[in-house]
Amino acid sequence: MMTNEILTYLLLIPILGSVLVLFFKNEQVKLIRWFGLVVSLIAFLISLIAYQKFDSSNSAFQLTHQIVWIKSLNVSYFVGVDGISLILVLLTTFITPLTFLSTWKAIEKNVRMFTFSLLFLEAGMIGVFISLDVFLFYIFWEAMLIPMYFIIGIWGGERRIYAAVKFFIFTMFGSLLMLVAIIWLAVYSSNINGFFTTNLIELYKVGPTIPAQIQAWMFGAFFLSFAIKVPIFPLHTWLPDAHVEAPTAGSVILAGVLLKMGTYGLVRFCLPLFPQSAIHYAPIISVLAIIGIIYGALVSMVQTDMKKLVAYSSVSHLGFVVLGIFAMTVESMQGAVIQMINHGLSTGALFLLVGVVYERTHKREIAFYGGIAKLVPLYSTALMIAMLSSVGLPGLNGFIGEFLILIGSFKSPVLNSFWFTAFAATGVIFAAVYLLWMYQRVVFGKVTNPELEHELTDLNAREFIVLIPIFIFIVWIGIYPSTFLNMTEVSVKSILQQISQTSVNILK
Amino acid sequence: MPSNNYEYYLLLPQIILGVGIILSIVIEITTKKSEEILPWFSALIFLFTGIYSLMNIDKNFLLFGGMVEVGGKASIFNFIFNIGAFLTILASTDYIKKYGIYYGEYYILIQSSVLGMMVMAMAHDILIIFIGLELMSICFYVLAGISRKRFSNNEASLKYFLLGSFATGFIVYGIALIYGSTGSTSIQIIFENFTQYISNILFVVGMLLFFVGFSFKIAAVPFHMWVPDVYQGSPTSISGLMSTTGKAAAFSVLLIMLGSSLVYSSPIVFRNYFAVIALLSTIVGSIVAIAQTNLKRMLAYSSIAHAGYMAIGLAAGNKYSFAGIIFYLAAYVFMNIGAFTVISLIEGENETRLDLDSYAGLHSKNPFLAAMMSLFMFALAGIPPMAGFFGKYYVFFGAIQEDLTWLAIIGVLSSVISVYFYLRVVVYIYFMNAKESFEIQKSFGSNLAIAISGLIVLFLGFFPDTLLNLIVSVIK
Repeated sequence: MMTNEILTYLLLIPILGSVLVLFFKNEQVKLIRWFGLVVSLIAFLISLIAYQKFDSSNSAFQLTHQIVWIKSLNVSYFVGVDGISLILVLLTTFITPLTFLSTWKAIEKNVRMFTFSLLFLEAGMIGVFISLDVFLFYIFWEAMLIPMYFIIGIWGGERRIYAAVKFFIFTMFGSLLMLVAIIWLAVYSSNINGFFTTNLIELYKVGPTIPAQIQAWMFGAFFLSFAIKVPIFPLHTWLPDAHVEAPTAGSVILAGVLLKMGTYGLVRFCLPLFPQSAIHYAPIISVLAIIGIIYGALVSMVQTDMKKLVAYSSVSHLGFVVLGIFAMTVESMQGAVIQMINHGLSTGALFLLVGVVYERTHKREIAFYGGIAKLVPLYSTALMIAMLSSVGLPGLNGFIGEFLILIGSFKSPVLNSFWFTAFAATGVIFAAVYLLWMYQRVVFGKVTNPELEHELTDLNAREFIVLIPIFIFIVWIGIYPSTFLNMTEVSVKSILQQISQTSVNILK
Repeated sequence: MPSNNYEYYLLLPQIILGVGIILSIVIEITTKKSEEILPWFSALIFLFTGIYSLMNIDKNFLLFGGMVEVGGKASIFNFIFNIGAFLTILASTDYIKKYGIYYGEYYILIQSSVLGMMVMAMAHDILIIFIGLELMSICFYVLAGISRKRFSNNEASLKYFLLGSFATGFIVYGIALIYGSTGSTSIQIIFENFTQYISNILFVVGMLLFFVGFSFKIAAVPFHMWVPDVYQGSPTSISGLMSTTGKAAAFSVLLIMLGSSLVYSSPIVFRNYFAVIALLSTIVGSIVAIAQTNLKRMLAYSSIAHAGYMAIGLAAGNKYSFAGIIFYLAAYVFMNIGAFTVISLIEGENETRLDLDSYAGLHSKNPFLAAMMSLFMFALAGIPPMAGFFGKYYVFFGAIQEDLTWLAIIGVLSSVISVYFYLRVVVYIYFMNAKESFEIQKSFGSNLAIAISGLIVLFLGFFPDTLLNLIVSVIK
C-alpha cells in the first residue's frame, strides 16, 4: 500500500482552522466569517485533489496513511478511503462551506465560537468517514458530539437545551455499548491472532469467525449505535427535537452529513464485520426500516411546522437507505449510497429554504404562509426544485436512489419477498402527498397573510450562491448518475463479496 | 522480585519532604513573612520530589530488609501525589485568604499528608501501610476542619474523623487476623505462601476486613456515607486534594495487596468483592449525583462513581486493568483538581455561590474559566479525546479480557447516566444567561493550576501512550 498524506491534510486543515479562529477577537465578526469560509473551501479543494488521485476501479482502501498511535493497545492512526467513504467525504466538504455562507446573517451571537464549532465538527465528520481503525473511528464519532451539542445548545430555538442534551445522551448511550463491543473485538482478535488489534482490515478477517451467539451481541451493539444515529424507528425520537431546535446551519449539517454517519457505519462495520448476523437479522431490520418509511411519512403529513415536516421526512428517507443496505444486492446498496447523497442535498436544501423565510418572518408554521408565489417567485421556484427532488421526480436525484433501492430489494435473496418493496414503494407516494400539500398551502393561492407583504423578500445573491451548487448536483445526479455510481460500484461489490464469502449459499 | 540493596538515594523524595516539613515549621515560627514564603517553598518541594520520582521510575529496589519497595510503581504514585499537591498549593494561594484560613499549618499539613501517601505507596509490609495511612488520614481530618470557626468545617472534620477511625478499626482488625494466621506482616512472605494461607478462613476474613477498610478510603459504596458531607464541608482546595491524591494513595495500597496473581487465582471471593463494590459505586454515584445542585456535592458523588470505575479494574486484576487504574488516577488528579479549582474561584465568601445557578452565563463573564470547566466536565464524563476517556477505556479493556464484560456494560451504562449531570454544568455555563452578577476572584496561582491541568488533560488524551508506557513498564 502506498502512503499518501492527503487525507491527513484534509483532516488537519479544519482542525488547524478551528484552533486559529480562537486567536481572533470576538468583534472581528466579518473577518471570522470569511476565515471560516476560506478554510472550509480549502478543505473542499483538498478533497477534490483526493478525488483526482482516487482510482475507482480498485476495490482496496486507497490514499492510506498509517502512524502508530497507542503502541500498548496496537492502535494506530490509520486513514484511507474507498468509493463509499470518499463520496461521503466530498459531501461533507461540499456542504460545510455552504453552511458557512448560509449563516452569514443568521448567526450574530458569538460568531467566533460558532466558526470554531463548525470547523471542529467538519474535522470530526471527515475523521469518521476516513478512519480505518475502529478505535480511531470511535474517537471521532464521540468527539464530534461536542461541537454539535454546542451548535444546538447555544444558537438553537426555545427548547434548545432539552434538544441538545437529548441528542447527546441518546448518541452516547448507543456508542458506549459499541465501545464495549470494540474492546471485545480487540480482545477476541488477540485470542485468535495473538495480538490486540483494532485495525479494520485485520478485524474483517476476524469478525466472521466469531461464534454465532456472540456475534449477534456484537452486531447488536454496533447496530444500536448506528441505528440511533440514522435514526431507525423506534429510536428516532431525538431527531425531530434536534432538527427543530437547531439553527438552520445545524439542521443542514445534521441532515446533510451527521445522519449519514449512521448509515455509513452500517455499511462499513455492521455488514462486513458480522456478516452472518447481518444476514440473519436483515428481514427484521428491513421491517423496521419500512415502518420508519411509512411512519415518518404519515407523521410528516400532519405537521403544521415546516421544519418539523422536513425533519420527519428524514426518518422516512433514511428508512429507504437502511432498506437498501440490508437488501444486500449491488443495486440496492448502490441506491442506498446515492440516496445518502441525495438526502444530504435535497433535505439540506429544504432546511436552507425553510431557514430563509424563517430569517425574514421568524415563523415556521405552514398556516402563517400562503400564496407567496406572487411575492417571492424565485424562492418559490427554488423550493419547488428542492421539494421535487425530495419527492423523487424522475430527472432529479431522488428518483435514482429510490428506484435502485426498490429494484434491489425486489430481487434481494436475503429478504426474499416482494412485500418489502411493495410497502416501501408506498413511502414514495406518501412523500409526494405531504410535500406537495405543504407546497400548495405555502406557495399557491391568494396571499392569506398581509404581514407577509412587508416582511417577505425574495432570495438575495448570497442565498442564491448557496443554493445553486446544490441544485447543480441535484440535476446532475438525476440526469447522469453514472459519475457517482461508478465511483462506488467497485467498493459496494467488494463489501458484498466479503459478505457472500462467509455465507455462500445465501447470496449469489 | 527486586533484590535487597542499599540504594538509599531513592528515598530522597521522602527525606526531602520530611526535612521540608521540619523547615516549614521552623519558618512558620521564626519569620513573620511565612505566609509568603511557605506556599512557594512547599510548591517547589512538591515539584522537585514529583519530578525526581519520575526520573527514577526505571529503578526498583527493596530497602530495610524488605519493608519498603522504592522506585517503579511507587515512583509513579509519588509523581501523582506530588503533582496533585503542587496544583493544590498553586490553587490555594489566594483561595485561603478568601476563605479565612491563612495559617501556616495549612501547608505543613498538606506536606505531611503527602508524606503519608508516599509511605503508603512504597510499603511492602502491612505495618508500613498502616503508618502511612494514619499519617495521611490524621492530616486530612485536621485539614477538613481547618477553619475552626465554621460550622460546616467542624461537621466535615468530625464526620470524617469518626467514620475514618471506624474504617481504621476494620483495617487494624484485618491486620491482626492476617498476622495471626500467617505469623508475619511482610507482604512478600504472605504472597510466597499464599496458597497455603488461603485455606485458612481467618486469613480470608482478615484480607476482606482490610479491603473493607480501604474501600472506605477510596469512597466506594456501601462505605461512602462520609464522602458528600466531607467534600462539601471542607475548604474547596482540600476537597480537591482529598478526592484525588487521597483516593490514589488508597488505591496504591490496594494494588500492592492485590499485586500477586495468586490473589485472583485461588478463591473467587476477592474478585467478587471488588466486582460488587464496583457495581454499586458506579450506579449509586451516578444516579445520586443527578439530584445534586451544589457543585461540590455533585463532584463528591461523581468521585464515588469514579471509585467504582477504578474498582472494575481491581475486579479484573490483570496487567491492563492495573495500568488502567494508575492512568485513571493520574488523569483524575488533573480533571478533578482542575474542576475544584474553578469552583474555588467562583465561590464567594462564606461558602456562597456553590450552586449551579451561579454558573449560569459564565461564558460571557469569564470565557477562560468557562472553557476550562467544560473541558474538565467532558473529561470527567469520559468523552474522547480527553484523558478521562482513556482511563475508562483501559479499565474496561482489562475487565473484558477477564470475561467481566457484564461489569464493563454496567460501567458504560452508568457513564451514560453521568453524562447528564456533567453536561448540565456545561448547559448552565454556555446555554443560560447570567442570573446574578458578581466579581470572580482573580488569582494568578489558581489560573495557572487550571491551565496546567487543562493542558495535561488534553495532552494525555491525544498522547496517552506517553504516560501509559511508563506505567506498563513498572507493572509486573
